[in-house]
Amino acid sequence: MSVAAGRIASQGSARGSRGDRGRRSARWIRNLRFYLPALIVFVGGLVLWEAFVSVANIRAFIFPKPSAILAALQANWGEGRFALAPSAQATLIEALGGLAIGTVAGLIVAFATARWVSARAALLPLAVAANAIPIVAFAPLMNNWFGVLNPLSKMMMAAILVFFPVMANVTRGLVQVEPAALELMRSYAATEWTILRKVRIPNALPFFFTALRLGATLSLIGAIVGEYFGGASLVLGRIIVQSASALRFDITWAAIVLGAATGIVFYFVIVLVERAVIPWHGSLRSSDS
Amino acid sequence: MTDSDEAVVQLQGIGKVFGRGDQVATVALEGIDLDIRSGEFVSLIGPSGCGKSTLLRIIGDLITPSSGAVIVNGKPADRARRDRDYGMVFQAPVLFDWRTVEDNVKLPLEIQGASAAKRTARAKEMLDLVELGDFLGHYPYQLSGGMQQRVAIARALAFEPEILLMDEPFGALDEMTRERMNSEVLRIWERTGTTVVFVTHSIPEAVFLSSRVVVMSARPGRITKVIDVDLPRPRNEDTRETRRYFELVTEVREALRRKDGGDDEAADAGLGGLGSVDRTTAEGAVG
Repeated sequence: MSVAAGRIASQGSARGSRGDRGRRSARWIRNLRFYLPALIVFVGGLVLWEAFVSVANIRAFIFPKPSAILAALQANWGEGRFALAPSAQATLIEALGGLAIGTVAGLIVAFATARWVSARAALLPLAVAANAIPIVAFAPLMNNWFGVLNPLSKMMMAAILVFFPVMANVTRGLVQVEPAALELMRSYAATEWTILRKVRIPNALPFFFTALRLGATLSLIGAIVGEYFGGASLVLGRIIVQSASALRFDITWAAIVLGAATGIVFYFVIVLVERAVIPWHGSLRSSDS
Repeated sequence: MTDSDEAVVQLQGIGKVFGRGDQVATVALEGIDLDIRSGEFVSLIGPSGCGKSTLLRIIGDLITPSSGAVIVNGKPADRARRDRDYGMVFQAPVLFDWRTVEDNVKLPLEIQGASAAKRTARAKEMLDLVELGDFLGHYPYQLSGGMQQRVAIARALAFEPEILLMDEPFGALDEMTRERMNSEVLRIWERTGTTVVFVTHSIPEAVFLSSRVVVMSARPGRITKVIDVDLPRPRNEDTRETRRYFELVTEVREALRRKDGGDDEAADAGLGGLGSVDRTTAEGAVG
């Protein structure tokens, strides 16, 4: 939750700078320039990694070369005991399911706590305390409750991780409305329902998307950790565990890389949705420059 | 007042005490009587903590007074608010980030349930009035502070309120922008004939704009003097250089200073705002 708070704070301060929503080509070049250093470091890192492993003669067993990982990815892509693509797909479905369940539950509780002060007083301290629990410790319980082979057990693991940032952020977004905005609505004799629709919900949207971006990452973590404790064999978590115990670390690495790539794509899909839904928001405007 | 029949706003014995516990109780307002006539431009001026913003909010039924009555258009203030007799402008523009300039101005009309055609027409008309007709599709962050405040004024006027309540609307603007906005407000006021209650801490602003300047003192907030501003209209930048203007500015300044001097200087120095605890008056007003 502290991560979420930090993100909210940085969004707040990013407001105010004037992005121009000018020609697309200009933006493209700016984006390229923005990402170019990161890209160079990334590619350079891979090259160094490859060279270091070759020169230092480290065994693939300890630390495989990027080229070996790539080869393992290709060799195990579609089929076999460690088929990676279907596994990534299965894990992504678990993560998506968990994200959906956790988001819906988080939204329900957030709206309840925002609406009823008594609910807020009762639930928020509990939520903060619950968030301090190392939630992944519940993974064996989830497998027990929902069935180790049932994807739902992994979804629930992911859902619990997603629930807290969604609930905390959306509650904040619904409650932290400028007092003058509420006075303004009162001067219009607006009902609570109108205030909710026209002020609180739009105000909470940036908070919600911040939580979703966190949730994208957390749901994958939840799904993979859940898989570590058992489940269907064609999922990323099982492949990581099984390939490692079979000493096929090139495949372990390939599964990790695929999981990372899935997480990054997942994250950016949510960023794209965010840009489409709340183009007016400060954090997005400033990211142009 | 003899012409209280045509008063749009009647304040009768308004008092306001914040905090009931005797440690924190603060008398924000005491014994306020004031009639505001239709089409008048009345400024409330006074030091910080004199309760002028509180008084404005009591008129607008955003705060309930501890004692006294507010009659607006012959009915209680809460009735007037529900009838949407008020337009409000705050020190901050309070525009919604997620709405374009046009949609911000349409907001009160949406809540009122006006037809889409009327909303579009009114928004255009009001934004033309504040000379922002070319910025309908802009978002608030694309506008300067002065422009944002003009949007807020357009929004406040959108459903043709009888009374425009303005709470230090230009307090956050630089001096030059403020003077330009003053002229703009006068132009709008002259065109719409709306009754305006205007809270400010700027003496020149109060004199330049108002038909009457209501001078208030702090702790407890009271009306100490009401000064009629007989400067001819229409007023413009030249008005600010006339002798009568300077005389009136001086008169307001002296009215403010006299009451300030009468207060306990030590208390003034120590407590800037509503932090003052005047126990005897507080208890008196509560009881």
